[in-house]
Amino acid sequence: MQEIKALIEKEIRLEWRQKYALNGMLLYIISTVFVCYMSFKLKVDIIEPITWNTLFWIILLFTAVNSITKSFTQEGAGRQLYYYTLASPQGIIISKIIYNTLLMLVLSVLGFVVYAVMLGNPVVNLPMYLVSILLGSIGFSTTLTMVAGIASKAENTSTLMAILSFPIILPMLMMITKLSKSAMDGLGWNTSYDEIAILLAIDAIVLSISYLLFPYLWRS
Amino acid sequence: MRKTWWKIVCVVLLFYTIIQGLIGTIPRQPILNETLRNVYFHVPLWFGMMTLMIASAWFAIKYLRGGNIQHDEYSAEFANTAMLYGVLGFATGAVWGNYTWGDPLPKDPKLIAVEVGLLIYAAYFILRSSFEDEQKRGRLSAVYNIFAFAAFMPLVWILPRLTDSLHPGNGGNPAFGKYDMDNRVRLVFYPAIIGWTLLGVWITSLRIRVRIIKRLKTEQF
Repeated sequence: MQEIKALIEKEIRLEWRQKYALNGMLLYIISTVFVCYMSFKLKVDIIEPITWNTLFWIILLFTAVNSITKSFTQEGAGRQLYYYTLASPQGIIISKIIYNTLLMLVLSVLGFVVYAVMLGNPVVNLPMYLVSILLGSIGFSTTLTMVAGIASKAENTSTLMAILSFPIILPMLMMITKLSKSAMDGLGWNTSYDEIAILLAIDAIVLSISYLLFPYLWRS
Repeated sequence: MRKTWWKIVCVVLLFYTIIQGLIGTIPRQPILNETLRNVYFHVPLWFGMMTLMIASAWFAIKYLRGGNIQHDEYSAEFANTAMLYGVLGFATGAVWGNYTWGDPLPKDPKLIAVEVGLLIYAAYFILRSSFEDEQKRGRLSAVYNIFAFAAFMPLVWILPRLTDSLHPGNGGNPAFGKYDMDNRVRLVFYPAIIGWTLLGVWITSLRIRVRIIKRLKTEQF
């Protein structure tokens, strides 16, 4: 526990020191939203609720892939070897997942605010939409952290990252868009317990598999 | 002869399946009519694919535990044949869907699941080809194989049962077994499953042998 806490603190401090990476991600999400604003809102001024929702999640997916890819590549091989001598692999993967979840939460809540300001906010059941963002952040970061670990060992990391993670993340994305769509339409909580339960179950599977498999990945 | 008996069983079962599938009698069903014959080909191909995928994941786990490069080759070739079966199952399903649902690719969760599955295994082969070092390739692709398997299984087995689906046995539709199959069909269907699965294992074992010979040859020089 102590170890995980120290590692998360290290991640946050590292991020804070190299502010360009964090600022880069923030600007990335804002400019993507702006591109959508230019091509939808300015051109036609009407955006179907289903398009609004899907577009938002696609923006978040790309932001997540881009920001989580660097969680392994930004540290050099020498420094990784150093961590290897200090910490257990389980501690490292868990701390990275928790840190990426926090990062994704910040990015997606901010993205949501910008998106809602620019393209209008048709969400009726706001708390439920925020829950879907929370579950989405957890799901994205658990899956993508593990895949980033695999992809970082190869040369063409960014291509591999996309092709390895998209098919795995698809079922999760389908569930999240379904959940957030019902939140948009203002349906009650009791209609969406199924989706929430499935999302939590997928998260649990991915988390436990990452926990078990990361030691093998770390060794290479 | 010690190891050839199952190959003979495979050939006999498949001949039996094909002959029964083409000229055997089939119960009359509304909408399905004669297309029910596809149940001997389409469904067993899926069963075979699942078996091969499980075998692939199994050898990936074995590789991670032991580090024997041969297990990695087993895992890769099982995935290869599973993908072939996936494409074949997809094609036979499209033909069947064309005549019963009026559309070769209707919107259906099982179809989406299979498309995703094929994407996952295609990505697996791209991942494999991007490493030079044997041990590193084996370890990383084994990790991805297990990870993908764990993410793929809920997609195929749980999600289609929760949403609406055209497939029998899903989304409140009755399974095939209840109404459409009589004992005559079952008498061909079960041997067909065994036959197609054995054929998949056979193809895989041949490819594994070729691969091992190639590896030994390159090691010699």
